Amino acid sequence: MALLVALAWLVPGLSLMPVARSASVTESAPGLVVLPAFSDYVVDPAGALPVAARAQLIARLKDLEVRKGSQLAVLVLPSTAPEAIEQYSIRLARAWSPGRKGVNDGAILVVALNDHRVRLEVGRGLEGVIPDAYANRITDDIIVPRFRAGDVSGGIAAGVEATVRLIDGEPLPAPVKRRHAAGGEAPWVLLLILAVFVGGLLRAVFGRVAGSTLAGGVVGVAGWALIGSLWLGLIAGGIGFLLSLAGGGGHQWRSGGFGGGGFGGGGFGGGGFGGGGFGGGGFGGGGGGSFGGGGASGNW
Amino acid sequence: MRKLFAASLIAGSLLLSGCGYNTLQSQDEVIKASWAEVLNQYQRRADLVPNLVATVKGFAVQEQAVLIGVTEARAKATSVKVDAATVNDPGKLRAFQAAQGELSGALGRLLMVSENYPQLKSDQGFRDLQAQLEGTENRITVARNGYIEAVRSYNTTVRSFPSNLTAMMFGQKEKASFTVDNEAAISKAPAVNFGAAPTAAPTAPTP
Repeated sequence: MALLVALAWLVPGLSLMPVARSASVTESAPGLVVLPAFSDYVVDPAGALPVAARAQLIARLKDLEVRKGSQLAVLVLPSTAPEAIEQYSIRLARAWSPGRKGVNDGAILVVALNDHRVRLEVGRGLEGVIPDAYANRITDDIIVPRFRAGDVSGGIAAGVEATVRLIDGEPLPAPVKRRHAAGGEAPWVLLLILAVFVGGLLRAVFGRVAGSTLAGGVVGVAGWALIGSLWLGLIAGGIGFLLSLAGGGGHQWRSGGFGGGGFGGGGFGGGGFGGGGFGGGGFGGGGGGSFGGGGASGNW
Repeated sequence: MRKLFAASLIAGSLLLSGCGYNTLQSQDEVIKASWAEVLNQYQRRADLVPNLVATVKGFAVQEQAVLIGVTEARAKATSVKVDAATVNDPGKLRAFQAAQGELSGALGRLLMVSENYPQLKSDQGFRDLQAQLEGTENRITVARNGYIEAVRSYNTTVRSFPSNLTAMMFGQKEKASFTVDNEAAISKAPAVNFGAAPTAAPTAPTP
């Protein structure tokens, strides 16, 4: 039935889908349900699950991540309207991105209580072990009957259990202690090198002040391009200018010593970038898994 | 002499990185990758069809017309020749989209008639196929979304200054994107007729 509905939208003459689709691309489109923060394995803003059941689920999912490295998350919310659960859950999956980067072994179980819809969104790396047909059996045969009987937490627990068993059958790379990706650092290191080398080169060609100014400009533009912010670029340019200016006297290039001395005077990079790290032992958030729309939905 | 060489080296590298050439190239690659994903998912759907037709045939032989319709639509959809260059030709892309849309329609009809066969509906093989098809349709939606997004950012680069000059110089044109099949039909509310036979209009999902 759900498939019928999904297909009916695709039939020429009834295809409203593209409209809704382009709307779902933008993260903060008006009228859409705001995505909750990925604060724990089980996110339940409305408090639909009993505390004990929730704690048990979290323990099970944490155990899975420690053992296998895969992240399975559960979200229970009242409704995904105006989006269909498929659109909402892919938006959610992109934002949370559970699973390890590169392995893409994340999955999310989304339950929309008032919509009577449930979806198991499967990451690309798990599509082999949880093909759509299996995901469909989990939603339709395991979760939905319990939901129909009014047992929400039992349905979720059984669905999670079945999914964990499937993931356990998959030979995935061994879990490693996750380090926080130092994404913010690379551009700054690059800029620093640029400042030193370009500064030395330009100073040798154009003289000290003009060369340093040019070097500042180059670093500024490069910073703008790399970091994507004009202001940060300007700051980088200023630092580049100062570095080149301080980098020593006029004939550096010919006498071999590029740049030399002059910097390292504190100030730079002091822990500000690269993130303060996740809290020890607690929940680490999504690892950067990628989703392509695999999984299955069910309704009750 | 040496200074001149150094200066021209700097000027050259500045010119190349500042004019958006690299951005254009990387965005072009993103388009290629997302287009490949779109084709991949449509192919996946086409691969499912024979099995689906065979399964339905086992339970509903009398639905010849619908079954033949699906088979023909699939043949037509797979005969539309597409490759990486299709994205440069709006006409070709439209033909591809139309053929796939026809297959979508035919599959919709097939699943509609399958509702009339309780035995078929409860068959595990059919249910699995149906789930696979549903998942594939969803993947197509996601892949098309990714493609639309990639084309949008590429076209923005092609049209904005100063990268538009670079794009012009290297002959990089705007790429075609997916469109709504027929815009006029969408702005019209679907007609609901309780007297006639059930249509493909989506109803409230009742179990």
